[in-house]
Amino acid sequence: MSAASSNYDVAIIGGGHNGLVAAACLARAGIKTILLEAADAVGGAARGYEFHPGFKVSGCAQILNLLRPEIVDALRLGDHGLRYAASDLATLSLLGDGQYLALDDKAALAQVSAADAENLPDFRRRMIRYANALAPSLLRQAPRMDFANRANVWELARFGLRIRMLGRRDMRELLRIIGMNAYDLVTDEFENETLKASIALDAVMGNFMGPRSPNSVYTYLYRMAGSTNGNRGALALPAGGVAAVMQALAAAARSAGAEIRTGSPVARVLVKDERATGVVLDDGTEIASRIVLSNADPKTSLLNLLGPEHLDTEFVRRTRHFRDRGTTAKLHLALDALPDSLRNLPKQGQARFLLTPGLLGLERAFDACKYRTVPDAPPMEIVIPTLSDPSLAPEGKHVLSANVQYVPYALAEGNWDGARAKLREGLIASIDTQLPGIKDRIVGAELLTPADIEAKFRLGGGHWHQGEISLDQIWTLRPVPGFVQYRMPVAGFYLCGAGTHPGGGITGAPGWNAAQAVIADLKTEPTR
Amino acid sequence: MKRYDAIVVGAGHNGLVAAAYMARAGLEVLVLERRYLIGGAAVSEELYPGFTYSTCSYVCSLLRPEIMRGLDLPRHGLQVIPYEGSLNVLTDGDFLASYSNHDRMRRELMRHSRRDAEAYDRYALEILRQCKFIRPMLLQMPPDPTSLRPKDLVDLVKFAKPFSELGEKRLYETMRFWTMSIGDFLDEYFETDVIKGHLAGSSIIGTALGPYSPGTAYVLLHHYMGEVDGSIGAWGYARGGMGSISKALAASAQETGRCEIRCDADVTDIIVKNGRVKGVALADGSEFYADTVVSNLDFRRTITKLKWTEALDDELVRKGENFKIRGSSGKLNIALDGLPNFKGVAVKNNPALSGDIHYSPSLNYLERAYDDWKYGHWSKKPYLDIVIPSLMDPTMAPEGKHFMSVFVQYVPPSLHDGLWTPAKRDAFGETVIGLIEEMAPGFRNLILHKQVRSPWEIENEVGLTEGNIFQGELTLDQLLFNRPVPGLAQYRGPKKGFYMCGSSMHPGGGVMGAPGYNAAREVLKDLRRGAPA
Amino acid sequence: MSALKGHIAQNLLPTPFYERVLPLNLNHSWERWEGYLSVGCFDNIEREYTAIRNAVSVYDISPMTQYRIGGADATRFLDRLMTRDMTKVAIGQVAYAIWCDDDGKVVEDGTVFRLGERDYLINVQEQNLSWFQDTAFQYDVSIADVTEELCGLSIQGPLSRQGLEQIGLKDVTALKFFRLVQVELDGMKIILTRTGFTGDLGFEVYLRPEHALAFWDRLMATKLSPRIVPTGSHALNLARIEAGFLQVNTDFIGSERCQRHSQRRSPFELGFERLVNFKKPYFVGKRALLREQAAGGPRWRTVGLDVTGNKPADGSLLYDGNREIGRVTSAMWSPTCKRNLAIATVEAEYGALGRTMQVDIWVTKELRIEKRLVSGRVVERPFYNPPHRLT
Repeated sequence: MSAASSNYDVAIIGGGHNGLVAAACLARAGIKTILLEAADAVGGAARGYEFHPGFKVSGCAQILNLLRPEIVDALRLGDHGLRYAASDLATLSLLGDGQYLALDDKAALAQVSAADAENLPDFRRRMIRYANALAPSLLRQAPRMDFANRANVWELARFGLRIRMLGRRDMRELLRIIGMNAYDLVTDEFENETLKASIALDAVMGNFMGPRSPNSVYTYLYRMAGSTNGNRGALALPAGGVAAVMQALAAAARSAGAEIRTGSPVARVLVKDERATGVVLDDGTEIASRIVLSNADPKTSLLNLLGPEHLDTEFVRRTRHFRDRGTTAKLHLALDALPDSLRNLPKQGQARFLLTPGLLGLERAFDACKYRTVPDAPPMEIVIPTLSDPSLAPEGKHVLSANVQYVPYALAEGNWDGARAKLREGLIASIDTQLPGIKDRIVGAELLTPADIEAKFRLGGGHWHQGEISLDQIWTLRPVPGFVQYRMPVAGFYLCGAGTHPGGGITGAPGWNAAQAVIADLKTEPTR
Repeated sequence: MKRYDAIVVGAGHNGLVAAAYMARAGLEVLVLERRYLIGGAAVSEELYPGFTYSTCSYVCSLLRPEIMRGLDLPRHGLQVIPYEGSLNVLTDGDFLASYSNHDRMRRELMRHSRRDAEAYDRYALEILRQCKFIRPMLLQMPPDPTSLRPKDLVDLVKFAKPFSELGEKRLYETMRFWTMSIGDFLDEYFETDVIKGHLAGSSIIGTALGPYSPGTAYVLLHHYMGEVDGSIGAWGYARGGMGSISKALAASAQETGRCEIRCDADVTDIIVKNGRVKGVALADGSEFYADTVVSNLDFRRTITKLKWTEALDDELVRKGENFKIRGSSGKLNIALDGLPNFKGVAVKNNPALSGDIHYSPSLNYLERAYDDWKYGHWSKKPYLDIVIPSLMDPTMAPEGKHFMSVFVQYVPPSLHDGLWTPAKRDAFGETVIGLIEEMAPGFRNLILHKQVRSPWEIENEVGLTEGNIFQGELTLDQLLFNRPVPGLAQYRGPKKGFYMCGSSMHPGGGVMGAPGYNAAREVLKDLRRGAPA
Repeated sequence: MSALKGHIAQNLLPTPFYERVLPLNLNHSWERWEGYLSVGCFDNIEREYTAIRNAVSVYDISPMTQYRIGGADATRFLDRLMTRDMTKVAIGQVAYAIWCDDDGKVVEDGTVFRLGERDYLINVQEQNLSWFQDTAFQYDVSIADVTEELCGLSIQGPLSRQGLEQIGLKDVTALKFFRLVQVELDGMKIILTRTGFTGDLGFEVYLRPEHALAFWDRLMATKLSPRIVPTGSHALNLARIEAGFLQVNTDFIGSERCQRHSQRRSPFELGFERLVNFKKPYFVGKRALLREQAAGGPRWRTVGLDVTGNKPADGSLLYDGNREIGRVTSAMWSPTCKRNLAIATVEAEYGALGRTMQVDIWVTKELRIEKRLVSGRVVERPFYNPPHRLT
């Protein structure tokens, strides 16, 4: 098959948000692009579906906070339907029996700790300053440590300069805390246990980390680098759920000329003369393209779709060692009404609830993942999106969805089939003690363990970020050292998923960056 | 009253190293030690008739050879006896021995896993590379990356140069190594629990981190970067116990005729006038004067426990309070009537017995041991690092009898139900003895005398805050230019004329002497006395 | 020695031939070879060397490491692992092969015996298990270390065929160069190969350890036995230099064992061009090797040198004027060729046949060290290749 006969310049495997962003970017650059999605709708792990008749959720995603504003602007997502039902959620830390502490409410916080109430805004400002210093690198390729190439030296220098421009005091503090753990940071800063645990939960959510795991400050900064409507660190609920954002991205891609085919699972990547030449679908259809861009996680992309026979031994070793076992489960509850305990919420319920068992309890909850057991009372981040967006459920009814931190991918003894129901009941009971009355209102429920997430969304390992965000797996080391600029060893094969720099969450950054790499390469490469 | 050129607060090994180098450069030096004997945590004491106890620190390797030669320590009585192996005993009668001979070691590993035996060579090569890379940094002052002064920029470039010369591939390996957990690192090489458990021990000793905490691979390096007689990574006993090192250092310092050492001299105040140190005051009210004061105390103690006659600024005091210096280790020192019989282990001509004897069956075992610490309990199943120096050094115990040192990880500085009490301390001791009894049945009956030390005892006796043996955690936020805190990493303290030479400073803990050497060099530089001899 | 389970009392293990070899090792000359005791020189190196070239030498190769490869993907796996086309290796054939790392640097070399459709034996100097296993990821292959199930003798020299015939190995007559045959001799299962590391006519015999002594005794009971000389590694080393073979850890270091990445060598730098096949499907290191070619070829060349004089140039540095351009890795005065030979690594531009350079030789003369700058010329390898090797 010669390149001249290929129908497409680029074939994208997987319509997760990064695949969609890449498709939109490429199509806008006039590159003939096809996106192939296995499921019958795009969105990847943020795909919208009804988990119970009439009750809609967006897969694993419940909050939008990281999507790069540059991408929102460049792809004119507003024109393609992006709306916010809530753009600055309050954070309420549950104290049991319907009580809560509103962390954004200075007066409320001052009642439990005057010092913390004083310090919290300053702490947030500082963290946002540090996050701002790191943020510009999110939409740029990570440098390789190959100094013979000036571009790498220049990129490193830019990065250094950015940190330097923080000023001496902030730079020192950033260099100190970046390798620290969240436990130490919040213990140094605050005295109220609920506040400490809540910040720590945000820091560790989605990762194989306890609050005492070093590097968990980095993950917190990563989170703080997000913004909504120019508001750093703000949490939003898009109208129609995060799934609607996926639709907006798809619309942006389509309107720019990209072709999106759903229900088209890719079986493997075609390779000829050590070059990716297209993909073949499960049904045997071959689609030729000059470049193949995979939105799937690194292990699936490299070891299953491409195959080790095209790769070198050390590279395969590294890929296999990429840590991507998920730690976070997803719970969806369909409620036929709200219990009384949820009637008088601040900001009309534009809030998320954090359920933490205290700072030490949070660390202890991590044991479930470390030793692969069914967790007892795992921490949760809960939202009821129907409070701000009633369209997600039949009239008067509600959806509750929760991220459940520290649910292991596999159990040391037994399997999830035997334990899923037990965990689900435990979680419901746990929510019910915090928000009394919920239990009686449940008409449908869905629990997705990381293994379920893997199967349902074709997300290897079921990991939020397609792989741990830790210092040894980010930036110039993600996913495989030496292959961090989206280009994989086999010519014409690229990755664009969260397993590449800068990582996961709905940032769109890997997709954007990968598209830039493809555009640059297509420009320099002569058409055959 | 006599004026000195420099006063050293605390006669730990780093204080003595600093004193010796300053005295050799011509300064009149006074060393003030709170306890009745010098050495800090490197001491030998006869706590039971006929037995020499290395009460705290128990083995050496890290002592920089430059210092060994520079201060002529062998002539002053220091002899290091290298050991030839180590052992990880399992309670089921099997074990993993390690031998200094490569082939013997490999066959032992092959007994557990052929793949691992081979992986070990790759692993050892990588560790060797990392050691060789880091070694030149030990006796270097960390640069200040925030400074724009030409001198600091030159320092920064000098510091960065070896990194840029590593080459792309090795630079990645190094970045990974410095940020990874030892658990993840070992999982990439090995498949056998007992091998991983054995190798991980060095990366958790003395630190409040578990084997799966990122940053622990570096801690492993910290234990491997030493050498004995040029043999990299080798460990040995100081003949006559660890106090011999302190004695040799003191003798080397005093040989100059310019170094005075006073024990039972508890420094409580730092006398500062107009932002400049002038001397120190003791608990008994006496005062000593010098324009240079060097603190061997840990950073937290230096900042928060000493009284400064001109107050330090609040932010610095807060940093001192937030300095991560966590007790995580305990110690049992035991006089034995005979050699214990470890299950399945040959006693005669077994080099594996001459070194560390671990109880460390797996990474998860260590992680669980760490879990207990986090929640304010000593590990119910702890990691043990046992040595019996009397096997190699007959001066440690009467013939046929033995001195055993048992290092225990993890033991918290205070417990979930309050502070340490003698009863809790004994219960902790019992946990350890019970475990050793499982490893070596009949052990309990050999005990003639024992001393049990929790972090509380270590803090109160030796003065290490929280009983942390490294004077501060060896995590990324407290390494290099971050050690002890950013901005104070260059051995100079918060007031003019004040210096810090303890392990709280770069490159950190262990009986290495490098912080003492580096601090002395900076003092001499500031006094324009040239480089240390 | 302790009877306790698992206690390892010795540093080096005896091979299954140890009992016979021990009384013959008059020099008590022992060397380490992958954890085993190996003889350096039994008695007299000239006698041992002469046996290789003129009669029969016997060298204990039991320390060699062997991996048995099986499974549906066995051939596909070897083809991915190794740089030459392994699909062309016939049953009963022996193939000399190398394998590379990601950067196209040689991990090691070895010989591959194809015993059956899906049955191979890889014979190597050092352990490679984890490299093989990791290269076999997602391949349906079994890889077993069978080192301890096999011992071996290398029987080399112009009369070696006669010796083997005399113990009853009739198959040896027809066995062609780089072929193997599996035979049974009085209940001893034997793999007989026509291979060797001497550049002479020669055979290797692999058998189970329990038959080692019986086989040895049989060999030594033949009529030819006065001319069969047990040989140590020192004499063998002379023969292999004459034959122009490279020795791992002497002439190059396997890439996984190099402390410095710059010490690693590509097949082209080692002169293994003929073992690299770019036309076959992807093999480990192919991309890197193609990059090396595209970037102007290898940086280094491994060459044979003919050095002036008769002082071996062991470890000598090589110069072009004042510029250091390489170094000698193996050297000897060859009694057979009557030439002063060396194997050297030089910068690529000095690798062409006929190129001359200065060889810096340090000679010890009654405690005095003399430095001699002599000339060296790049010549063809092998230095010695007798016609009877292939007959």
